[in-house]
Amino acid sequence: MEESKEASRYYEEFVKGIWKENPVFIAVLGLCPALAVTNTAINSLAMATATLFVLVSSSILVSTFRRIIPKEVRITTFVIIIATFVTVADFTLQAFVPKIHKDLGAFIALIVVNCLILGRQEAFSSKNGVRLAIADAAGMGLGFGFALFCLGVIREILGNGSLFDIPLFGPNYEPWVIMILPPGGFLTLGFLLLFFNWLKAYRLQKKEKQEKVTPLHPLSIQ
Amino acid sequence: MELEAIPQESHPSSFRLIATLGIAGLFSGLVLVGVYLSTLPIIEANKAKALKEAVFHVVPGCQSFQTLLFVNGKLLLEKAENSENKEKQSGEVEKIFACYDQEKVLQGFAIPGSEPGFQDLIQGIFGYQAEKKIIIGFEVLESRETPGLGDKIIKDKNFIANFTALSVVPELVPVKPGSKQKKNQVETITGATISSKAVVRLLQNSINRWRPAIEEWAKAAN
Repeated sequence: MEESKEASRYYEEFVKGIWKENPVFIAVLGLCPALAVTNTAINSLAMATATLFVLVSSSILVSTFRRIIPKEVRITTFVIIIATFVTVADFTLQAFVPKIHKDLGAFIALIVVNCLILGRQEAFSSKNGVRLAIADAAGMGLGFGFALFCLGVIREILGNGSLFDIPLFGPNYEPWVIMILPPGGFLTLGFLLLFFNWLKAYRLQKKEKQEKVTPLHPLSIQ
Repeated sequence: MELEAIPQESHPSSFRLIATLGIAGLFSGLVLVGVYLSTLPIIEANKAKALKEAVFHVVPGCQSFQTLLFVNGKLLLEKAENSENKEKQSGEVEKIFACYDQEKVLQGFAIPGSEPGFQDLIQGIFGYQAEKKIIIGFEVLESRETPGLGDKIIKDKNFIANFTALSVVPELVPVKPGSKQKKNQVETITGATISSKAVVRLLQNSINRWRPAIEEWAKAAN
């Protein structure tokens, strides 16, 4: 009983970042990479993977040493830890996938200033055990990746007429160049936020309706 | 969800604050130096491999090449002792490559160059036939141009097709797409005008710089 309760808590912490508290669509965090590198699907995936690695690694360290790090210097310490893992990701990408490193350019280094990562250290990892911190970081990282991927797919299809560099509409398709420019990022994000908010409101409305329609059990009336 | 209360001293000593940051810095330094040293040979090898492949690519028919060093306004054949001494004297010596076919007949020169683009330096390499005064190939080695826009200087087939027999006499002239009429005109890319014009400048500046030395070397070699 106790075990299943604990497992469901890990599950909750993991799932909340993917959907209910999605960093981009709900918390509107980490918008710099979400707008800057999502003009192709493959770039979105690479950025999402690098961010996931930095987020999980930093969370493990911060959570492990949370009792030792004095609160007066916690932000500085978190930034040092995050910057270390970002540089590790930078060198690793440069060594093993130079093409993707070339495509992402300066934005890998800018993961250091992604407020999602510092935010999770401050709000969660510095106050919880390692396993919970990993569940939270993995969920948030995957949620961030999901958002980046949605943006990347839409922008690449409309702005380039391709997906993963494979042409979809033939040579006569005139790409919407604006979609791979910064305004395209804002437009796509705006429409996605609109869609997710509409979906949330619609599901809530549907749930309320169902509750009204469902008749009470005869035994409950006394 | 209940958060763990982390017991901490109310006012940690200055020594403890400094020690925490010092240990974080030490950890960061050790990790970074370790990752840097372990990835450096792979990164260097990637760069050397990319350069070698590009040399064969930009000079069609190239089967082997010799490295030429630019010393005191003259080209010298690279020899181990020559290269080491010159590099010690003046930092990094500039290099170009003389390319030969199977019968050791000179096919052209592969010349690296760089020029500021829209975001950062565009580094490229191009093939040049000194006798005909034409550019016979071009490839981007490194660029941080906007993914989906500026990076079309790497992907756009029509743009790359400019560099199959591009005359450098009297000089290179960028023109709008579809309006090329002369052999020395380069069709730029819609949506990547700044980047494609930067490539034209890269080629023109490199030709201006290297042409006298190449002609002198070719004369001496004959």
